This record gives sequence, C-alpha cells and structure tokens, in this order.
Amino acid sequence: MTTANGTPEVDLVDYDDAVARYDPVFGIEVHVELGTRTKMFCPSIVVFGDEPNTAVSPVSLGLPGALPVVNGTAVEYAIRIGLALNCSIAETCRFARKNYFYPDVPKNFQTSQSDEPIAYDGWLDVELDDGAVFRVDIERAHMEEDAGKNTHVGGSTGRIQGAEYSLIDYNRAGIPLVEVVTRPITGAGMRTPEVARAYVQTLRDIFRALDVSEARMERGNVRADVNLSLRATSDSPLGTRTETKNVNSFRAVERAVRYEISRQAAILDAGGSITQETRHWHEDTGTTTAGRIKSDSDDYRYFPEPDLAPVSPDRAWVEQIRAALPEMPAARRRRLQGDWGFADAEMRDVINASAVDIIASTVAAGASPAAARKWWMGELARTAKQLDVELADLTITPTQVGELQWLVDAGRINDKLARQVLEGVLAGEGGPEQVLIARGLEVVSDDGPLLAAIDAALAAQPDIAQKIRSGNLGPVGSIIGAVMKTTRGQADAGRVRELVLERVTPA
Amino acid sequence: MSTLSRDEVARVAALARIDLTPAELDRLAGELRVIVDAVASVSTVATADVPATSHPLPLMNVFRADIPEPSLPVAEVLAGAPAAMEGKFLVPQILEED
Repeated sequence: MTTANGTPEVDLVDYDDAVARYDPVFGIEVHVELGTRTKMFCPSIVVFGDEPNTAVSPVSLGLPGALPVVNGTAVEYAIRIGLALNCSIAETCRFARKNYFYPDVPKNFQTSQSDEPIAYDGWLDVELDDGAVFRVDIERAHMEEDAGKNTHVGGSTGRIQGAEYSLIDYNRAGIPLVEVVTRPITGAGMRTPEVARAYVQTLRDIFRALDVSEARMERGNVRADVNLSLRATSDSPLGTRTETKNVNSFRAVERAVRYEISRQAAILDAGGSITQETRHWHEDTGTTTAGRIKSDSDDYRYFPEPDLAPVSPDRAWVEQIRAALPEMPAARRRRLQGDWGFADAEMRDVINASAVDIIASTVAAGASPAAARKWWMGELARTAKQLDVELADLTITPTQVGELQWLVDAGRINDKLARQVLEGVLAGEGGPEQVLIARGLEVVSDDGPLLAAIDAALAAQPDIAQKIRSGNLGPVGSIIGAVMKTTRGQADAGRVRELVLERVTPA
Repeated sequence: MSTLSRDEVARVAALARIDLTPAELDRLAGELRVIVDAVASVSTVATADVPATSHPLPLMNVFRADIPEPSLPVAEVLAGAPAAMEGKFLVPQILEED
C-alpha cells in the first residue's frame, strides 16, 4: 500500500523498541524572525497580519533595478544571537544569492549567507525537565530574509470554476531572519525527542531574553526544521536523514522526532533504506508524509550577492554588544530560584509552566515569592488548564495578582474572598480593588455590624451562650460560624472570636 | 582546459528555467566555453594571497538605520501583476511540495 505521493506506508515500530535497537542522530535548523522595525534590505515596516501587500517596497517585491541595503540593527541582533550561542563572530562575511523559483520569492532568489555565516562554531547548554543538562553544538547562525505568504486556493471554492490558484502577500517577504543550525546531535538516545524540544524551547527563551524577537511560535516567528537519521550503534556511520519541515510548536518538535524514529526503524527493520527527502509534519494526525525528494532542484547555485557590500563587524562593536548581553535565561532562573527560596521541584514546576517571568513580575509588583507562586501555580494554573490556554494568556496581569495579595496582606480580604475577587478579575470585571468594591466583598472590619451579628447568634442559641458564659469555650466556633454566615464570609474570624468573648464575659 | 560540457549547459539552463533548443545549446555551449576559459586563465594568475572579489568597490559595512518608510500604495504594487485578487498577487496553481 502506498500513499498518494508514492511513499510506502509502514507499521511503526514501538518507540522503546526503536531506540533500543537504533541510535538516533538529529540536527535542527531554527529560523527566527527578528523584531526590527524594518525589513532586512529595505525600509518597509515589519508587520504581522496587516492588509496584504501594504508593507512592501521595490526591494521586497524584487522589482528590476531596486537595490538592497543592509539593516544595521538586524546585523546587531544577529551578532547578539551568535554571542549568546557562544559562537565566533566572523571577521568578515558576505551575503549570497540562493537561487530557486517559487512565487513567494519574487526575486527568484533568497538573499542569504552561504559559506560565510556571521556566526559559527558555538554551543548551547539545554536543560531538560528533570534538570539534566545536554550540550548542543552550534554549527552556524546566518542572516537571511523571509519569503512572502502563499494562500493556496482550491477549485472547490467556486470562485474560479475548476481552477486552482495561489494568492501571494509580500508583507512578510524580506523580514530579517536568523537561521541557527546545529551540528549533528548524538548521544541523546531515548531522550532524543525531549532534547529536541528542549533545545528549541531554550533558543526561544534566549531570543526573548536578547530582545531580538517576540519569538512567538504560534505566529511563526520561530520555525524549526528537524533532521533525523538512525544508525545501528553509536560507532556506525551516520544513516540517511530526512528533514521534517516547519514543525512549529515545542510539542510538535518532540512528537515529530519521536514519529520519525519509529517510522525509520520500521523501514530499516524490514530491510529497506531511508530515502533522503523533505517530509511534512501533520499536527492533526501526528505523522509526517513525504514531500520533495532531494534532487537536482536543490542545486541553489549560490553565489556572492553583488548588490551588497561585505559585512565586517568592527571588533570593538562586537565587544560592546557582548558586554551589553543580558543575563541568559538559565542563569537568571538559577539566580531567581535562590532569591525566591524555591525548592528544585517547585522551581521546575514554575519553569515547565512558563511562569518564571510572570512570577518575577508579580514579585516586582509587591507580592512575596511564595504568594506569587501560590496564586499562579494553584488557582490560576487550574483556570488556565480548564480554559486550555497558557498562564500568560489569562486575562489577569502579574500586577493585578500582586494587588490581590496586597489586599489579603492588608486584611481587607481573606483567602476565600480573594478567590472570588480573582474570579471577578478573570471575568473582566476590572482590577482586584474594583471587583472587591463592586461585589461588596470587603472583610467587615467595622465592629458595629459584627456585634449585631454576634448578638443575633447568641440570642438564637441561648444554650450555647450559657455554656460560654459558664466558661466552656468549646462551642464558640458555632457562634463564629453563624456570624460568618450572616456576613457571607466577609468577617475576620479572629476578630469575631475576640468580640464573642468580650460580649459573653463583660469585664 | 575547459570542463564546461554541453550537458552542464543544459542542466544549468534547466535550473534557470530557460528552454533551449538543441541548436541553441550547441551555440551557447561553445560561447560559454570561451567565457569560462577566459575566466579560468585568471585563476592561473591569482595566487592564494589575492583575496576573492565579490564586489567591485572597496566597500564594507554599508548599513541602513532601522527607520521605516511608507509602503508603495497597493494599487501601484499590483499594477504590474498579471492577475490579482483581494489585494494579493494571483498566480497559477504552484506545483505543490506536498
């Protein structure tokens, strides 16, 4: 049986069996769209989701005679990335034309870098979920430009009967990209899918820390291509690899690697050989399918870009950029864990929930680290899970959580009321203070209403009142309970107790 | 000394999407051979201490400030498009990769 594109379908080998019998080797190419204001080679603005073809220039449209000029800020960002990945920065490097025909590349070539990347020979330590560290060698990081966006429209739309066509928006064409390429990664064994995911996640965190990109996976700011091959043992030569394109979420990276390991193992088990090809990841089915077979069409006929002068970053400039690098996420996490006094397991939960920045902001807003963790990892984590969104996507800000905790600390609300305030904030009723006032949730601290409620409770339960008067303090709880009920939980139980005792045993 | 064959010319033409007749291939293979040979003779003069030239002017680090300029108006952008729809370029169905 074969698929529509002629690739034999295979019964997957169980993942554990596959990694027991084969040694996986992988490599990842990550593209990140830089967050510059303008494009790589022209002053068109960088936008996301604007009206089509409203952020273009003769350069990004590839019009004849248009001349590109390098965006200096993009070069600086590329150097920042290279330095953060422990790379050497080229003394001099050039752009090159990568020639191919596809309508989203209007010039018929992509301006990229070939044998002279701006950054090369680096490494990155990747921390796994259990705290283990895996070092990934970086081959290079080079500058290039993004392509336009195609929308493929089938004949079934009815607009053009029976015709199939594509619509192209060049707003994205020319947005600066940096492509980070690893060396073949060996030795990860059965943890290969996890290392692959953690690597992309670590890179994403670094891009954000460096402030070179919003690095939003769901917007395609960061895109990963995953190369994978199997070999019999770690001493065997590298096997034939496949390249799975555009794996665009952390989870998908892990799943795609896992799938390819099981798929390739099945082919090898059956005595077959792996075809060197591009494969496509399908999020819905969790599978990859064959795309293009690597062939003649991959001869991109690279040659130096004659329209652009070489880039030769001044050493003083490079050192200035190095000195200004922010603290890297891993170091920052270690420092914050110390500052916050979190146990390893607590910190890992926070990291795995992508809550480090959120908790840091909440602490900055005045909450204690323990309180910040309590809210975000407790009530709010549950809410996020119910809504199937990230913590950061909840409609409550760290500042508001800080404010909420401040209200608790000031004794204006208790924990139970705080949860109701939280509910109100999440429902869009305003900030904590507003919700508290609007819902009338404030703890009753005025003794007047409390005394009235106490008197009513004592009168309603004369036998209990009598017991307390005779010195048996056991049943005080039931009076307090009645008062709390009357005040809908808005009383401070400690204060109620004091008042009850004052009431029944007048000095 | 030439290594440029007729087959190579045919291959490069195919990569560049240039449709050549057999007669054109014969003619171009001959003409290109002359050019390639002429360039090859330069290699015999250029020694290892002569850096490769990719740019005719002694320029480095020509950078632009990251300051936006207005886009071309959509009407102008699409003026040269053989077909357009919804503000986008309309092209025939692309031989899809998947």
